[in-house]
Amino acid sequence: MDLVNLSSNLLFVAFILYLIATLFFGATIRDKRSKRNGKEIAGKIGITITIIGFLAQLGYFITRWMASGHAPLGNMFEFVTFLGMAMVLAFIIIYFMYRLSFLGLFALPLAMIMIAYASMFPSELAPLVPTLNSNWLYIHVSTVAVGQGILFISFVAGLMYLIKQIDQRKRTKKNTWLELVLYSIFLFIGFIVSSTIFSIMDYEATFEYQDGTQILETEYRLPPIAAPNNGELLTDGVREPWFEAPAWMQGADAGRKFNTVIWSVITGTIIYGLTVLTLRKRVGAALQPLLRGVKADLLDEIMYRSVAIGFPIFTLGGLVFAAIWAQIAWGRFWGWDPKEVWALITWFFYAAFLHLRLSRGWHGEKSGWLAVIGFGIILFNLIVVNLILAGLHSYA
Amino acid sequence: MNKIKCECGHVNPEGTVLCEACGKPIEGNQHIDGNDKKLLLNMRYEGSARRSQTYRKSIIDKVWSFFSSVKVGVWLIVIALVASMIGTLFPQQQFIPQNAESRDPAVYYEAQFGIIGKIYYELGFHEMYSSWWYLLLLGLIGVSLVICSLDRFIPLYKALKIQKPKRHETFLNRQRLYSETEAVSETEIEQVKERLRKQRYKITEQNGHILAEKGRFSRWGPYVNHIGLIIILLAAILRSTPIMFTDEYVWVREGETTVIPGTKGEYYIENKKFYVDYHNPEDERFKDAIEQSGMVESNFQTDAVIYKDTNTGLPGAESELEKILEYPIRMNQPAKFDGYTLYQSGYQPNEFSSMTFKIHETDDEDATAVDSFTVDLFEPESEYILDNGFRIEMEQYYPDYYLDDDGEPASETNFPRNPAFVFLVYPPESSSPEVSFIGIGRNVDATGENEYKIGIQDFETHFVSGLTLRVDRTLIFFGLGAAIFMIGVIQGMYWQHRRVWIHPKNNGLLLAAHTNKNWFGLSKDIEKAIEKTNIKMVEDRQELDK
Ligand code: HEM
Repeated sequence: MDLVNLSSNLLFVAFILYLIATLFFGATIRDKRSKRNGKEIAGKIGITITIIGFLAQLGYFITRWMASGHAPLGNMFEFVTFLGMAMVLAFIIIYFMYRLSFLGLFALPLAMIMIAYASMFPSELAPLVPTLNSNWLYIHVSTVAVGQGILFISFVAGLMYLIKQIDQRKRTKKNTWLELVLYSIFLFIGFIVSSTIFSIMDYEATFEYQDGTQILETEYRLPPIAAPNNGELLTDGVREPWFEAPAWMQGADAGRKFNTVIWSVITGTIIYGLTVLTLRKRVGAALQPLLRGVKADLLDEIMYRSVAIGFPIFTLGGLVFAAIWAQIAWGRFWGWDPKEVWALITWFFYAAFLHLRLSRGWHGEKSGWLAVIGFGIILFNLIVVNLILAGLHSYA
Repeated sequence: MNKIKCECGHVNPEGTVLCEACGKPIEGNQHIDGNDKKLLLNMRYEGSARRSQTYRKSIIDKVWSFFSSVKVGVWLIVIALVASMIGTLFPQQQFIPQNAESRDPAVYYEAQFGIIGKIYYELGFHEMYSSWWYLLLLGLIGVSLVICSLDRFIPLYKALKIQKPKRHETFLNRQRLYSETEAVSETEIEQVKERLRKQRYKITEQNGHILAEKGRFSRWGPYVNHIGLIIILLAAILRSTPIMFTDEYVWVREGETTVIPGTKGEYYIENKKFYVDYHNPEDERFKDAIEQSGMVESNFQTDAVIYKDTNTGLPGAESELEKILEYPIRMNQPAKFDGYTLYQSGYQPNEFSSMTFKIHETDDEDATAVDSFTVDLFEPESEYILDNGFRIEMEQYYPDYYLDDDGEPASETNFPRNPAFVFLVYPPESSSPEVSFIGIGRNVDATGENEYKIGIQDFETHFVSGLTLRVDRTLIFFGLGAAIFMIGVIQGMYWQHRRVWIHPKNNGLLLAAHTNKNWFGLSKDIEKAIEKTNIKMVEDRQELDK
C-alpha cells in the first residue's frame, strides 16, 4: 500500500473511531438508572477511543506530509481536515480540564461533520505554489487551526447552554433563533449527502460560459439547477438547468458554487424536515432532555474558559504569525485583503465578547449567543471568504 | 475631598465602594457598582474609587468619564472596523493597476466602478488609511485605551496593595463562593493553610484571619495588553509618514541595470536572469492535480545584483557603481541591503528585446532573403546599412502599437510589447525609398508598388521582473507592541487571581473565595485544601444572567 492510500485509510479509521467514541459518550446519558460507575467507565472508554482516533488522524497528517513533501495545509481539503483534527484536540484538552462527557456527545459529531465536509473538496495531492512555500505557512496555519479549534469548543458549550436553558414549551423568538442555528448545521449535512450521492453516481456535466473576455469551462458534479450566467451546456444526455445564476455573481465558477449552495439547502431542508417529522418537535426541544444532567454554570464556565484559552492562540496565529509571514512574502504585514480583514473582525469580535462579559456582565445566555455568533464568523471566513471573496489566500 | 473613614480605621478616598482594607461596603456608594441590587458584591475593581464614577461635574470630568467607558471604546472600534471594511471595497489609490486606462483617481474610480466609484472617490475613501479622520479615529481609540486604563489601574493597584487579611463579615458573606462552619479545630485550620501553601498560595494572617492569595499579577494582564495596543496604534500613525515608510515598484528587464526608485538614486539593480519554474507534470505525486488545474508554478526568481552608487555627492556626476549584493530574489525570500528590502512581486512575460527582419523580392514566392538586419528594440538605430547594399531608415517606431481614437497609429506604452515600424528601404544604388509598415501580423505596402518586401525573420523575448522596494522603520514598533500585547493577554488569560478568606467566628469560621476567572479551578483548590476536615465546602451562588 502506498503512502497516499495509507494516509486516506487512516483518515477513514479516525472518522469511524470518532463515531464509536460518540456512541460511548452517548451512553453516559442513556442509562439514567445505571450507577455513577458505569457512566464513568463509558466516559473513559469514549475518551480513550477519541484519543486513538486522534492519533490515527495524526497518522493521516504525517503520512500525507511524507507523500507530498510538504505539510498538508495547502488547499481546502487539507486545511479543513486539519481544522477538524484541531477541534478534536481541543475537545481532548478541555475534557481533561472538566471531565464533562456530554461535551463529547456534541463536539465529536460536529467535528466529524467538519471532516466529512472537507472530504467533499478535491483531495489529490497538489503541488505547492511559490507563495505558500514557506515555513511560516505551517506555523501560521497550524496555530490558527488550534485557536479556532478551541473557540469551537466555546461554540459547542454555548450551544449546549442555549439548548439546555431556552424554554421550549412554546414557540418563542429565542427558540426559533436557536432552531435556525441547528438548521444551519443540517445544511452542512445536506451538502455532504448530496455531494456524496452524486459522486457515487459519477455525475458530471460541463458548461461553457463567458467571464469577462474569456470563455471558460466549468464542471458540475451536481445536476445543474442553476447554470452559469450566459452558460451553455456541453454534455449530452443530462437534464437541462432550470435557470441561470444572476449576472452579479461574478468570478470563476460562480454558477457552479451557487448550484452547490442550492443543492445543500434543498437536501439539508429535506433531512431537517424528516428529522422534525420523526421527532414530532423542534430539534432543540428534542435535544433539551439529554442535557438535563449537566449543570448550566459548568457549561457557561467551559464556554468562557475556552474563549480565554483560544483567544490568545488565535491572536498569535491569525494576526501575529500571519503578519510576520505576509511581511516576508509580500513586504507588507498588513494589506486589507478580505481574509485578513475577516481575521481582524474575528479578533475584535472575541475581544468584544471578553469586554462585554467582564465589564457589562454578559454571562450565561448572552454569552452563549455570542459564542455561537463568533464561531459563525470563523466559518464565514473559512467558507464564504475562501470560496467567494477570493483574495490572496483563496484555496479553491 | 470627602475622605471616608471605615470602622476598621482605614481612610478611603471619595467614591470608594468597598473599604480598601477590610472590604466593608461603604454606605451611600453601593449604587456605583450595582451592589445595592444584588446579593453578591461586584468585585471587578475591588470596589475601589474610580475617577470616572466619582466626579462628573466639570467638563474635564465629563470628557474623562466619556473616554473611560468601555461602551464608548467598543463603539469606536466598531466604527473603525466598518470604515476599514469599506476601504477594501475598491483598490486604494496606490493599488490602482499599472495598466489602468487612467491612473488619475479622479477618472479611474468613476470609469471603473460607475457612480459608486465616484462617491467613493469624492468621500476620500480612495486614500482612507492615511486620511485625517481615519487617523483621528485611531487616535481616539488610543485616548480611550489610555484613560480607561488609568481610570482603573491606579485605584485597583492601590486597593490590592492595601488589602488586609482581616475582612468584614459582610464582605465574606456576599462573595460568590461561601460557606459557614460551626465548629473547626485549630489543627484543621493548620492543615488547610498547609494545603493551600502547597498549591502555591501566599498566606497572610492577622488575628486568626487568613488570606490566601495567588496569581495577583494576572490582574495586570489587561493593562499590559492595552499598552501593547497603544504602541501598535502609535506605530500605525507613524507609518503614514514617508520617513518611516517607503513603498516603490520597479520593473527591470533581463540584462538591464536600473536605478531603484525610493533610494534617492543611490542604489541600482541588475536583473541577470528571471525564471518562472513549473512543477513537473509527470511527477507521480501531483499528476492528477496538475491534470485538473493545469500547470502550477513552483518558483519565481530574479537573479539580481545590487549596486551602490559611490559617487552621488556631486549633482550630475558620473555614477560609479559598486556591487554590494548578489542574490536570487524569490517569493518568500526578499533581498535585504542597507535597511531596504526588495520583494519579488510580479513579472511580464515575453516582452520583445530584438527583432530580425529579412528583405526579399515582392514577387518571390519562397520569400528568399536577399538581406537581413536586426533591431535592438531598446536602442533602435535610425539607419541600418546592410552588406548587400541596402540602406534602411527607421521612419517610425511604435514599441507598443495601437490605433488611437482618431485612427492614428500610436504607442500605448514605452515597453516593446507589440512593436511596429515604418521603414524606408533604399535598394542598392537607388535614392528613392520604398515605404513599408510592419508589425506583428501586419505588413503593409503603402503604395502597392514596392519591389522589395520586409518580413519578420526572428525575434528574441525576455522577461521583465517586477520588484517592490520597502523600507519600514515602524516594524520594530509593531513587533514590540504585538509582543507586549501577547504577553498581556496570556498573563491575563492563562493565570487567574485567586483568593480565599478565612474569618474565624465563635468556634467556627466563615470561608469565602473569589477569582477573576476559572471558578471551577478555584473550587478544586478549595476542595483539596479542606479534604478530610469538618469545614464545609463553599457553595457557588452565582447569579447567572439570562
Ligand atoms: C477603546 C478601547 C478599549 C477599552 C476602553 C478597553 C477597556 C478594557 C477594560 C476596562 C478591560 C477590563 C480590565 C479589567 O477589568 O481589569 C479590558 C480588558 C481586556 N481588553 Fe480592552 N479595551 C479596549 C480595547 C481593546 C482591544 C482593541 C483589545 C484587543 C483586541 C482589547 C483586549 C482586551 C482583553 C483581552 C482584555 C482582558 C479581558 C479578560 O480578562 O477577560 N481591548 N479592556
